[in-house]
Amino acid sequence: MIVNFLLIVPLITILVLMLINQPYIKPVALLGAVAQLIIIIAVLIEYVSIVSPHHELMQLQTNIEWFSPLHIHYHVGIDGISIVMLFLTALIVIAAILISWKETTLQKEFFVLLTLLAFGAYGFFISLDLFLMFFFLEVAVVPKFLLILIWGSGKKAYSATKLVLMLIGSSALLFMGIAGLYYNEPAEWHSFNILQIAQMQLPFSVQIFLFPFFFIGFGVFTALFPFHTWVPDGHSAAPTAGSMFLAGISMKLGGYGLLRLVMLLMPEAAKVYAPYIILLATIGIVYGAFATMAQKDLKYMNAYSSISHCGFVLLGIGMLTPVALTGAVLQMVSHGLMTALFFAAIGMIYSRTHTRIIQEMGGLLAYMPFIGSLFILAGLASLGLPGLSGFTAEITILVGSWQQPITAYKIATIFAAASIVITAVYILRAIGTVLMGKYKTYQPNTLTDASWYEQWAGIILLIGILIVGILPFLLMKLLSPAILTIQSVILK
Amino acid sequence: MNEGLIITLLLCLPLMTFVIIRLFFGIRWPIFSGYLATLILLIITFLSFLIAWQYFFIYGKINSSYALFVPIDIKWLVFTRQLSINFTIIIDAISVMMLVVVSFISLMVHVFSLAYMKGEQRYGYYFAYLALFTFAMLGLVLSGNLFELFMFWELVGISSYLLIGFYYTKPEAVSAAKKAFIVTRFADFGFLIGILIMGGLANNFDIIQIITSIGEQQYLWKGAAASFLGMSTLTWACLLLFIGAAGKSAMFPLHIWLPDAMEGPTPVSALIHAATMVVAGVYLIARFFPVFQMDVTVLHIIAFIGSGTALFAAIIACTQTDIKRVLAFSTISQIGYMMLSLGVDDNLTGIHLGYSAAMFHLFTHAFFKSLLFLCAGVIIHTVHTNNMHEMGGLRKQLPVTHISFLVACLAISGIPPFSGFFSKEAILSAAYNNHKWVYAVALITAGITAFYMFRLYFSIFWNKPVITTLKKEGMGLMQLALIVLTLLVIITGYVPFGDFISANGKPVLLEVHFGFSVIPIALSVLGFFYAAILYYRENNLPSSLEKSFGWFYQTVKKKFYIDELYLFITRIIIFKGIGSSIAWIDKNAVDGAVNTSSGITNWLSVFIKKLQSGKVQQYAFYFLIGVLCLLVIVMYTF
Repeated sequence: MIVNFLLIVPLITILVLMLINQPYIKPVALLGAVAQLIIIIAVLIEYVSIVSPHHELMQLQTNIEWFSPLHIHYHVGIDGISIVMLFLTALIVIAAILISWKETTLQKEFFVLLTLLAFGAYGFFISLDLFLMFFFLEVAVVPKFLLILIWGSGKKAYSATKLVLMLIGSSALLFMGIAGLYYNEPAEWHSFNILQIAQMQLPFSVQIFLFPFFFIGFGVFTALFPFHTWVPDGHSAAPTAGSMFLAGISMKLGGYGLLRLVMLLMPEAAKVYAPYIILLATIGIVYGAFATMAQKDLKYMNAYSSISHCGFVLLGIGMLTPVALTGAVLQMVSHGLMTALFFAAIGMIYSRTHTRIIQEMGGLLAYMPFIGSLFILAGLASLGLPGLSGFTAEITILVGSWQQPITAYKIATIFAAASIVITAVYILRAIGTVLMGKYKTYQPNTLTDASWYEQWAGIILLIGILIVGILPFLLMKLLSPAILTIQSVILK
Repeated sequence: MNEGLIITLLLCLPLMTFVIIRLFFGIRWPIFSGYLATLILLIITFLSFLIAWQYFFIYGKINSSYALFVPIDIKWLVFTRQLSINFTIIIDAISVMMLVVVSFISLMVHVFSLAYMKGEQRYGYYFAYLALFTFAMLGLVLSGNLFELFMFWELVGISSYLLIGFYYTKPEAVSAAKKAFIVTRFADFGFLIGILIMGGLANNFDIIQIITSIGEQQYLWKGAAASFLGMSTLTWACLLLFIGAAGKSAMFPLHIWLPDAMEGPTPVSALIHAATMVVAGVYLIARFFPVFQMDVTVLHIIAFIGSGTALFAAIIACTQTDIKRVLAFSTISQIGYMMLSLGVDDNLTGIHLGYSAAMFHLFTHAFFKSLLFLCAGVIIHTVHTNNMHEMGGLRKQLPVTHISFLVACLAISGIPPFSGFFSKEAILSAAYNNHKWVYAVALITAGITAFYMFRLYFSIFWNKPVITTLKKEGMGLMQLALIVLTLLVIITGYVPFGDFISANGKPVLLEVHFGFSVIPIALSVLGFFYAAILYYRENNLPSSLEKSFGWFYQTVKKKFYIDELYLFITRIIIFKGIGSSIAWIDKNAVDGAVNTSSGITNWLSVFIKKLQSGKVQQYAFYFLIGVLCLLVIVMYTF
């Protein structure tokens, strides 16, 4: 039952936000987000208390028929992967609300949209019905258009349209995939139920035909090369909270969908298409890293580095070994947290210096030590410093990938590993130019350090990064049963 | 007595010191932070000595060799049943030796820094980063798991980055820090792949397990079936590990970061870039020595790169004028010695002279090189310049430093009875027994070493006094550190080192034969006299010599233009060539395709839009055309 509260709480928050006025909006939004975090902790406790080595795939299910002619159900449930993703979402949403504490334009609408996006993400991570999943995916996409258009900066109209069109386009592919799946099922089990379809096993030819729809559909979300171009423009034009949400959560919807749907429903096809996934992922990693090196704008830099880091998620998924799959989930969490932190720090710097061009800044560390430290830590997490999240995730993926005996896969792994050098180059370049070196004289000398809400936004994300980096075994414990289930389906 | 507890304390204390000072004390109570860190380090040094004493004297030898303990083995990140990253601690002869060296040098540097860094704005943070470094370095030498080692390896790298870039408003310091991290990162990429290959070979990341399992199954990994690009898998793995080691230990051609790293505070150079971190590469190879021994190819490569680097860096050191850079190149050269010594360890005769000699030289070098750097620190502190031409005649103002520097110079030049003589002698005899060319190179390097060290010594302490208004140095914490280290430089040569540390645990006799050591001593003395003639008094000889060497002198002074080459590769080829062009392709080709597709859609929609104009006549016209078409179709088909 408790799982349903994950959807009820954001809905109530949205309703209350619509009814109240000015001074209460921010506290209510924050309260809603924190309440959601508490619910997730409760779900975790419940899950841990019932979990056993040989349990069903999904726990704490609720299954109510929603629209009987098409067999659409309201069907939710959780496993280790979804709990981890829920935590990620909750942390980022809280941080995003805190970072927008000084948002003045259309405050009510802003926080309503933010909560609505979160609602979509929460729903997506717990739904077990294909149609429901699709519904929540759209909820998590469409409001971004308004978010970027109204509160964004730069080429916002272009970027908002591009982002939403590309994501909607990928959703169209997904919808075709879902419809194709529904009509290709044997007549007696017409169902959108993911677990049921997984158990029944789709015929091989159907899998082969439908896989590209799902893979490209979700791949666009995960910045799959060459469908990644929405990422830089979209992230850069969005307001700070929007960028945090986009990079932290939206890009994870794709990875989660690939793991949950594609690997579970189409394991045979996954094996056939694996080389292509690995090829595109490796290109994405190296290409994204090189493209990042040449960026001049901090937000573009981080967006391009997201393409590189999300390539690791795809690589882990393509390698199909349980270690690599676990690594993919870890990388999703790690990338979500560290990019959100990076965007938060960039937003803080931007709100003070009013520029995001790397060369126009310098020596900021002396004036904003806290923000500078956040920036450095986010950067170090990104370049894979042990003790922070990036290292754990990427090493897990690399070790998992290396288990594949095929030489071509090993070469792909080596290319992917090479990105640690390129990442170090662009991260240290940004840190060295923006924070260190001489203070540029034309910069205002009234730069202030982080205020309390910014500090807390950073600290919350940092705690997440440190937990993944130092105590990864906690996550491994949650993830391993779920990954083993997926693995057993693949090996079947 | 519980080693597990001591080791836990040993690692937790510096880490806690780092966190606490960095978060709470650094800004508010900087002086207190400094003394707190030094006190903690005193405890750590005591604990390290306790472990060493226990290991070597209480437990002693079992079957004539020292045992290997694994006091801590905790699973951290479990991949599969065999593959896991564990928090494993190995206590064996080399890790205990490194423990003593690292903690002791670190203590000396802390004591020195208390006085040296006084008045710095970020005094507290300095000690926090030193504590972080000590933590990482102690972890590195105690690691028993490949990935654990790699993690500490990276942490050492980042603390080096933070300390080189300590004066972060200085652009040179920032770019030096960046360069150091990126060059070693590049090497770490090789190291990482090496780890994956080696872990894959042995299906384990535990170092002891890897060594035993590769030892048992070496035929599998050396066979033609397991080869890739003409080299066996084992060779590849060892070579990649060596690349990682070469990066950290600044071997040619990855040495370029070390001279620039001298932008950091001088005590940091003494600790990190002379005594401890830069020898991590040597330590890594020593740690995996049983594996390296199975592959003669890689050992030869190590010997050649080591000896080549030793000579190459020594030649450059003769032309540098920045005293810290001279010392940096001498560090590179001396590490080259250690590497070549590992490379010439002779497996065939069963006498592992090279291994023990390398470790011995690592041990003595740590003391005399950190002493040299700390002396340089005092000198720079006094005269406020790094340029040796702006110094001279300092022996009167800096008597303590003078004597310490002299002792260290004699030691590094291999002149008896100082410590460097014994270890260098051991390396030379190992090389002599194995490979004559390597021996010749090492011999020439020994002579050049004496020359450039005494060039430095005479330029600083004799020659023409440039600054005369200086006060005589007093006795403070800095001088205390110098004196302690000087005493150690004198006595460490007499440690029966081969008895403690050897490749197979069996004692090795590192003895000095008079007949054998005549040539190296003679060469060193020759170097000494050359330096004395040129630099004892101010004269025109050096400049005329520079002129007579012409372009060669300039090339050497510019460090063979290797930095420029790297700059060209990184800035022009990688940055402009690859990075910018990919960014351009992304913006124009990949994104261009997206924009084109949307443009086509847009154009189509504009075109189709015209069909729906709202004009009834137009609709009637379309209707008419449609009816006519239908009519034609119907007429012709039926």
